[in-house]
Amino acid sequence: MTATEPIVEMENISIEFPGVKALQNVNFRLFPGEVHTLMGENGAGKSTLIKALTGVYKIDSGTITVAGGPRRFTGTADAQSAGISTVYQEVNLCDNLTVGENVMLGHEVRGPFGINWRKTHVAAHAALVRLGLGDLDPRQPLSSISLALQQLVAISRAMVTDSKVLILDEPTSSLDANEVEGLFTVIRRLRDEGVAILFVSHFLDQVYAISDRLTVLRNGEFVGEHMTPELSRGQLISQMIGKDADSLNALGSNRGRAAHTTGAPFYSAKDLGRKGSLEPVDIDVHPGEVVGLAGLLGSGRTELGRLIYGADRPDSGQVTIGGTHTEVHSPVAALSRKIAFSTENRRDEGIIGDLTIRENLILAVQARRGWARPLSRREQAEICNKYLVELNVRPADPERAIRNLSGGNQQKVLLGRWLATHPELLVLDEPTRGIDVGAKAEIQETIAALAEDGMSVVFISSELEEVVRLSERIIVLKDHRKIGEIVNGPLVTADTIVDIIATEGSSE
Amino acid sequence: MTPSSSRPSAVVQFVTRLFHQPYVWAIVALLLLLVVNLTKNPGYLGVSVNAATGNLSGNVIDILRASAPIMMIAVGMTLVIATRGIDLSVGSVMAVAGAVSMEFMQTTGTGSFGTAVVAVLLALGISALLGTVNGILVSIVGLQPFITTLVMMLAGRGLAKVITSGQNTSATNEPFRWIANGTVLGFPVVFVIAVLIVAVLAALVRRTALGLMIEAIGINPKAARMAGIRPVGILISVYIVSALLAGIAGIFSTASVMTVEVAKTGMTAEMDAILAVVIGGTSLAGGKFSLTGSIIGALLIATLDKTIVYMSIPSSATPAFKAVVIVIICLLQSPRVRALFSQRQAKVTRTRKETVSA
Repeated sequence: MTATEPIVEMENISIEFPGVKALQNVNFRLFPGEVHTLMGENGAGKSTLIKALTGVYKIDSGTITVAGGPRRFTGTADAQSAGISTVYQEVNLCDNLTVGENVMLGHEVRGPFGINWRKTHVAAHAALVRLGLGDLDPRQPLSSISLALQQLVAISRAMVTDSKVLILDEPTSSLDANEVEGLFTVIRRLRDEGVAILFVSHFLDQVYAISDRLTVLRNGEFVGEHMTPELSRGQLISQMIGKDADSLNALGSNRGRAAHTTGAPFYSAKDLGRKGSLEPVDIDVHPGEVVGLAGLLGSGRTELGRLIYGADRPDSGQVTIGGTHTEVHSPVAALSRKIAFSTENRRDEGIIGDLTIRENLILAVQARRGWARPLSRREQAEICNKYLVELNVRPADPERAIRNLSGGNQQKVLLGRWLATHPELLVLDEPTRGIDVGAKAEIQETIAALAEDGMSVVFISSELEEVVRLSERIIVLKDHRKIGEIVNGPLVTADTIVDIIATEGSSE
Repeated sequence: MTPSSSRPSAVVQFVTRLFHQPYVWAIVALLLLLVVNLTKNPGYLGVSVNAATGNLSGNVIDILRASAPIMMIAVGMTLVIATRGIDLSVGSVMAVAGAVSMEFMQTTGTGSFGTAVVAVLLALGISALLGTVNGILVSIVGLQPFITTLVMMLAGRGLAKVITSGQNTSATNEPFRWIANGTVLGFPVVFVIAVLIVAVLAALVRRTALGLMIEAIGINPKAARMAGIRPVGILISVYIVSALLAGIAGIFSTASVMTVEVAKTGMTAEMDAILAVVIGGTSLAGGKFSLTGSIIGALLIATLDKTIVYMSIPSSATPAFKAVVIVIICLLQSPRVRALFSQRQAKVTRTRKETVSA
């Protein structure tokens, strides 16, 4: 299966950004017919290494050898023509075009009168068949298919050019278990055809399920390359974070804590719903309580969070906050009632990319005060110092543009933005998605500590283990409605929730 | 590290920082234009003081006077563009403001100070109203700024003609005329007013959190809303400010001749404003903005206009000449061309370093 000659070999790669050594003497090899996973915490340099390989960043020193010859890419098109294609975490396709147009974009079949659309769609179909997606109609608009299918379409698109190297940067972060399995089938198929696949994921199970070889990076440095079966999970984690895995295992569970459900709830909603996105749901959250929302992707867990915050306008429901009957129809209203919401869509609804870390941190506090009462420099510095340190944001330079931070650090800044408003109810939608084990543990600890201090938390995550570990009560959603509510206890596991979702389905 | 190289002097630091500003080429172009004028007449930059009145006069003073209306609309345009919008109606609002004040003064017929004040207030009032309509259509109704203000550009021109019954309207009112032709401490009143207004606006935008919120809306409107910013109020405000400033510009440009030419006043002023903003380094895509840049842009356009006249370039060739100068400036500050420069620079420094280490 493994060829002897690597198709990509990167040696002693160094890249320096102003003030940061993003990569230092990193080595990386990629063999044809092999899935190679790049592992590391956020900010370890995974994305930088990928961007160096695809020509987005220029390398300061080191050599890149592709198919035996030294290469220096000056752009993604350059890398693509050398047979290296990339599929990014956030699907970069055109929603308004058809599946086939997306697959063939830039490679349309041309005839004497311009583009021959019939032949283009035939070629698109062939590309889809190659990945086992023959059922997909290339003339269907892309917006009509699920995110998981869009991801596969993006891969077809990358493979149209007959790439020898396929880079998948966190392709699974928004997929559910079945969809991941579908994606893995496609990956294995391509691997068996001899394609070299570079895979990045934060889900350890997935890494062990799919990859043949691992390279671990830490703080921009090369830690080691291993065959996957030869490295235990514990070893991998300690290589990634540079300390013993015991500290991770020591992470507390909320199950032992006293239930908070006796007193009056801080937030209570009856029949909260919105046509087309969520059927009416009842939800109570008590002070100091973590309520988990569990369910598969598209079950309505995000929609419920958005309705609580007023990000989407609910069209039914009675809401009581702190004993007073009220309505939350906009984020402004929610913030003034001490509710904060951290979105799952960090890039489009969370960060304001061109602004600095400081400006991003203070934004919600400032918005609540109104533009006429600006925070003084000192107040701004206080907020920055407090949350950059407390949440361990790296680099902790408040004047750096937030878009230059890694995903996990952006997430921490956003969490800081909401904490700075001193909310009494914090709704967290996928706060740990797409971030590494270390940052994940830090964020989970923070959430537990916040609840300990009396904050109410609604915790939404696609990782059931995480929901079970943190929550005291779990609301299970499916197909845009609430199908159950369980009080967490020693007997509750992720499987319990899976069972609820599964039996609810079969009883229909 | 030797002590001499350890810390660059304050001047060097200032110049380095200046050269990182996108509007540095506008400053260079401005100086170049002045040099061009100087070659034709070495006394071009001379400013003489009228001993009797204390008034300053000279080409530079003329440029300052001419730049005042452009500064007004450029500053308003900057704020609108920062929110991802555009205001094509500023020229027409200038005409409406001029038409309202001229018509009022002609009808009342008195040359009193009170009449001038009412005329100014009327002009500002109707400008604010037009700006409110723009703002509501953009923020609440959700129309595209381009379309909204394009319609307002046509409607405003029409409104100005309705107000004056299609005639070029003149009036006599010394206090009103003083706005354009008078002086304060030797400087033209229009320029002094413009500087004061810009200073107040700059303080309003940068000393409060308004600028931050405008930028947030311009960079990522969805995220700004999720962070609790109310975009509606801010959007309506920037369109009102833009229209108010256009109204002031309208007063400036009609007061000097005490006539509103409904088909000419403020014609293509929106282009000057947009150019000043772009030259000043604010991206048309919205987001980060620079008022300083836009003011330098406005000064450059005023200088360019005066230079064209001074060099006796035929008026039919004026737009083409203007276009060439502006294209060159835009080229110089485009990221790609700048990258080309910095690459060459980096190469030079790297070779130097290598030589040293070797």
